[in-house]
Amino acid sequence: MNLKTLLAATAAVATLVFSPLSHAEDVRIALVVKSLGNGFFEAAHEGAQEAAAELGDVEVIYTGPTTTTAEGQIEVITSLIAQNVDAIAVSANDANALVPILQRARSRGITVISWDSGVAAAGREVHLNPSSNALIGEMNIRLAADALEQAGASEGQFAIMSATPTSTNQNIWIEEMRKVLPDYPQLELVDVAYGDDLADKSYREALALLSNHSDLKVIVAPTTVGFLAAAQAVRDEGRVGEVYVTGLGLPSEMAGHVDAGVVHNFAIWNPIDLGYAATHIAYDLVKDTNGNGTVSMGRLGEGTLDDNGEVAMSEPFIYDASNVHQFAEIF
Amino acid sequence: MKFAMRIVEQRELLLATVILFMLVVIASINPGFVHPENLASVFNDTSILIILALGQMLVILTRCIDLSVAANVALTGMVVALINSVFPGVPIPLLLVLSLILGAGLGAINGAFVWLLSVPAIVVTLGTMSIYRGVIFLLSGGEWVNAHQMSPEFLALPRQVFLGLPVLSWIALVVMVAVYLLSRFRPFGRELYASGGNPHAAFYTGINVGLTQFKAFVISGALAGLCGYLWVSRYAVAYVEVANGFELQVVAACVIGGISIMGGVGSVGGVILGALFLGIINNSLSVVGVSQFWQLAISGSVILIAVIANSRSERRADRIILRKAIAADALQPNPGTAASR
Repeated sequence: MNLKTLLAATAAVATLVFSPLSHAEDVRIALVVKSLGNGFFEAAHEGAQEAAAELGDVEVIYTGPTTTTAEGQIEVITSLIAQNVDAIAVSANDANALVPILQRARSRGITVISWDSGVAAAGREVHLNPSSNALIGEMNIRLAADALEQAGASEGQFAIMSATPTSTNQNIWIEEMRKVLPDYPQLELVDVAYGDDLADKSYREALALLSNHSDLKVIVAPTTVGFLAAAQAVRDEGRVGEVYVTGLGLPSEMAGHVDAGVVHNFAIWNPIDLGYAATHIAYDLVKDTNGNGTVSMGRLGEGTLDDNGEVAMSEPFIYDASNVHQFAEIF
Repeated sequence: MKFAMRIVEQRELLLATVILFMLVVIASINPGFVHPENLASVFNDTSILIILALGQMLVILTRCIDLSVAANVALTGMVVALINSVFPGVPIPLLLVLSLILGAGLGAINGAFVWLLSVPAIVVTLGTMSIYRGVIFLLSGGEWVNAHQMSPEFLALPRQVFLGLPVLSWIALVVMVAVYLLSRFRPFGRELYASGGNPHAAFYTGINVGLTQFKAFVISGALAGLCGYLWVSRYAVAYVEVANGFELQVVAACVIGGISIMGGVGSVGGVILGALFLGIINNSLSVVGVSQFWQLAISGSVILIAVIANSRSERRADRIILRKAIAADALQPNPGTAASR
């Protein structure tokens, strides 16, 4: 028994000491994040480890600067080039500032991808978007349908609470929402309000929605400030249970409103899946096993690259009372 | 002076008429808006703007401006929210006092630069505006303080209904009365008007103009600090961009209310009406069903019209004074002013 333990320990030490030699075949993937100590990225690291365990011959190097600066990331990437890693997957602090150093990495044969926060096309092979506009639009309508059901209505009115009328991504998402609306005949869109991502204006607009549309059942807010303000307004008006608020938000911000019963469920990308998919894509590219114009994302399926080398991971992940507190610890 | 007072009074009357007219129009489209209950909620919604505008008025009267009020609101709000989330046991009255003191301290920083270093107020407060926002980021690390991290008592205070009105409205009413008494019946109130109306004359009557400006900044800061707690509690969230750009609404309320940016002219009644005017516009446009794309344009035009009305009435005053001076000159036995130049 003792001898066995000793042998095992020796073997473990040997593995540690000689790991570059004994595991020469391992694919070393560096996950470079915006800054260390951020719960969102810690969660992504967890996902990367999950992917590594699945793939077997992968070593994940989780690193990043201590502050969210491009300079810090350049330093980190310089040292990764010196270590001759196989792949770098970066969530960039600056889309353009990292391009020269990443080009140098690529000229040394290192596979470079960006995820979450992208790098300009010249600096990377593939960029992994957390989701796509179409998926986000559809998800918001699905959440509205869920909330309508929760309100105990077979059909009913809903309104959208957006940011500013000129916000590009908001307008695209609203457009996508309108596109899928015919598939949900129980939902009737009665109004689009703009809270300008200001707490006071969003709150006021939410109150106006409630007083203008007495049969309103759901407010969908694809923006966190508007989401929070609308939830607070519904609570202050004493309409909890009658009107539900949903949309895109962070678990830590929404947990209180989920507990209060004004939010049934909501969505945002899952950082664990993001780290997981980034690791799979990097591995796929290093091994050169990717298909023509597609990359593998493990359990999340195949991703199709667009003309710009970008790939969308999946539809946003749904959070409700069962998991919101667990994720609220993370981000 | 008498003439100036008359313009101010006329202006308040004019503004009140415009507000009444606006209410009639809104009521014809959506009768529910003028229901007393709804009007009370509009007043409640405008309370924070009223409090900040009254503080701003004191500063503008001394020929200064405080652009850092919104940043002060955000910083104080973040500090009390953080304290509440880490030490939920700290009693709310203590947090209220703390927010007043902290806000006053931030105002004092502005005031000290203006008083002791004679830096123009617009430059000082433009700087501190960014600094205060930066400090919030340092304190919070960019993280939000959310509803579930605040204690129920912390969130309840402004919403508590007392004699038919929420506490938030009552606080605004108390501040309105206090600032009115201060500006009309306290020597300090008269010093504010004198310092802005004619700093040189004020100096010769023994008023310390710099000190008066400093005090105005401290009071404005304290009121902003108070609003910091009220804001964070009302909207149940604290983050770096809280009340971003709100300083412009505060200054706009003052200008619409007839406060002269050149200092020395204005009244509490005017500022309250100015703030209510903006509050009604903010609350009514979406109720009446005006497209969002028009809302900004309408608010902007109204502010512009008010400013033009202001400057016209001021210009007319100047002309009349000149005419009087010319008339007085004509009465002099000595020949014209050209010779004496």
